[in-house]
Amino acid sequence: MSTQTTFVTPAARLQAYSSTADLAISPPSGRDASTRARATAASKDLRSEPGPIRFIIIALAVSFLTIFVVLPLVVVFASAFSKGVTAYFAALAEPEALSAIRLTLLVAAISVALNLVFGVIAAWAIAKFEFPGKTFLITLIDLPFSVSPVISGLVFVLLFGAQGYWGTWLQAHNVHILFAVPGIALATIFVTFPFVARSLIPLMQEQGTQEEEAAISLGASGLQTFFRVTLPNIKWGLLYGVLLCNARAMGEFGAVSVVSGHIRGETNTMPLLVEILYNEYQFVASFAIASLLAMLALITLVVKTVLEQRLDEGQPPRDEPSDH
Amino acid sequence: MTIEVKNIVKKFGSFAALDNVDLKVGKGELLALLGPSGSGKTTLLRIIAGLDWPDAGEVTIDGEDALGHGASERHVGFVFQHYALFRHMTVFENVAFGLRVQPRAVRKDEATIRARVKELLDLVQLDWLANRYPSQLSGGQRQRIALARALAIEPRILLLDEPFGALDAKVRKELRQWLRSLHNEIHVTSIFVTHDQEEALEVANRVVVMDKGRIEQIGSPGEVYDNPATAFVHGFIGESIVLPVEVTGGSVRLGDRPLNIAADGAVSGASKLFVRRHDMQIGPAGTGSLEGAVRHVRSFGPIQRAEVALTGGEGKTVIEIDAPRDRELQAGEIIGLQPRRYRIFAAQD
Repeated sequence: MSTQTTFVTPAARLQAYSSTADLAISPPSGRDASTRARATAASKDLRSEPGPIRFIIIALAVSFLTIFVVLPLVVVFASAFSKGVTAYFAALAEPEALSAIRLTLLVAAISVALNLVFGVIAAWAIAKFEFPGKTFLITLIDLPFSVSPVISGLVFVLLFGAQGYWGTWLQAHNVHILFAVPGIALATIFVTFPFVARSLIPLMQEQGTQEEEAAISLGASGLQTFFRVTLPNIKWGLLYGVLLCNARAMGEFGAVSVVSGHIRGETNTMPLLVEILYNEYQFVASFAIASLLAMLALITLVVKTVLEQRLDEGQPPRDEPSDH
Repeated sequence: MTIEVKNIVKKFGSFAALDNVDLKVGKGELLALLGPSGSGKTTLLRIIAGLDWPDAGEVTIDGEDALGHGASERHVGFVFQHYALFRHMTVFENVAFGLRVQPRAVRKDEATIRARVKELLDLVQLDWLANRYPSQLSGGQRQRIALARALAIEPRILLLDEPFGALDAKVRKELRQWLRSLHNEIHVTSIFVTHDQEEALEVANRVVVMDKGRIEQIGSPGEVYDNPATAFVHGFIGESIVLPVEVTGGSVRLGDRPLNIAADGAVSGASKLFVRRHDMQIGPAGTGSLEGAVRHVRSFGPIQRAEVALTGGEGKTVIEIDAPRDRELQAGEIIGLQPRRYRIFAAQD
């Protein structure tokens, strides 16, 4: 009925695959799968390239990947275990390390939970309703992706810092936001907000509102419609968004660095601790923590692949099967 | 259950989707809303269902104001063109949905729900598909499940939005007859929207013809076909030959050729003459008030369809006529034509 903006653009994909933290944001849809199928068909024509050229192209791609992706990963684990397994686990058992792990998990839990709620609400509003300023809102959702994380952090310093707009009032009432968990959580929420919303919007737009209308005409209340019809339809996309949101929340460095204050054993998240330890020449400890983040990235990749498959399956082709 | 719609106005921006529409639907009727796309028929149906709200007007169901209630409280069965089955639920759960979401106080126990769903699946003759998912069904099967799901809540009225629009021709035909016999069986007051005149004429007891947000005519299938109230209805329902004519006093002329027909009270001025294809009488050259050269003849079934280029009048007018097979027409032959039954409407533009 209405023409709506979808997010699956090649540029988004390119940008999305550029680092492990910024994993792909747009969940694949059935349509994507068919594009991929067409792309494979087209690549058959490319086999007419002479053998040597083919070899060179593949070799280039493989060596590029090895140098820029595989090698750094190997180095992380190699350095972490360079003084042996005992040193590795000892480094992780340090109170500072444990505190950083705890803080990272806590901040990730808070920001994922809140972004789950905000993301679903934003995606719902954009995908299911027409209202003035909708395009602007869609653009706004992307803001955290386009702005440098340092600036995202600075915004909160400006708002809540001692010299900031609300700083005096907060100080007077003994509320600690900056250099404490609330500040870190706020910065992380800001940076990770787009993930859930962006993975849901294309999915919800494609599904339309007819199933919800059907549910309501059958007597379902708003809540019943949401939990029995809308949520089951978006669950894989939602998990996908949550997964990426979580990966970014745990890995975020820039924004958190600005608001954290680097209080040892209190406001250092894992990425911050990696930097501090590295600067203090504690390479084993630094890479031990880094190896945990790298493992998180690897797990995220595997789960992401599984979810993408589920999303593809969850989108049955709209074409009617032939009647008999 | 009766439905009454009064002075309904609905605008989308500056576009009037419904322009002062009045409609009464009697108990047990099977009514068709027929019109081209953009005529407002689906909007009207959605307003009755509570899925859209009018800018002005009244809707009552059984004498009770409907606009004060949301769709979930109206107890109206709605069948969507694209089925809108819940894709993550089995056929059984789809049909059971309306029973499971009832408030706890009135909700039936599990055994009653299962029995009711079984009964409905039997009614639509698809009980063997109970454990399938919608994506595993054919279009015709999906639409029958959608109907069973709508009937599960024992709706006061049943509304169907282009129910067969997404199906291929053969299945569509089967489902039409099936819907008719189903209606004879359960007698629930029903309205269905269609842009397919054949579907409307074949299935409905009464047809409402709509165009540009207004009702053009309401009548039985026979009435709207034989006595179209407006030029639009004549042109939309059935195949018509349309000729631009000039009415002066009581006489009718096509270009400079006078037609030997009565103006039937048509107002003087530029008008349109509507004749059904099979209402053109054919005779030898010089017998009718029109004359033309047969350009092409196709014969099938009981009729032959001929393309005839009229002589006289301004420019070359080509019309298609249907003639019985007993008088063989030849390409190149000059024939005389006389409208047997016809209607004259003032030209609108």
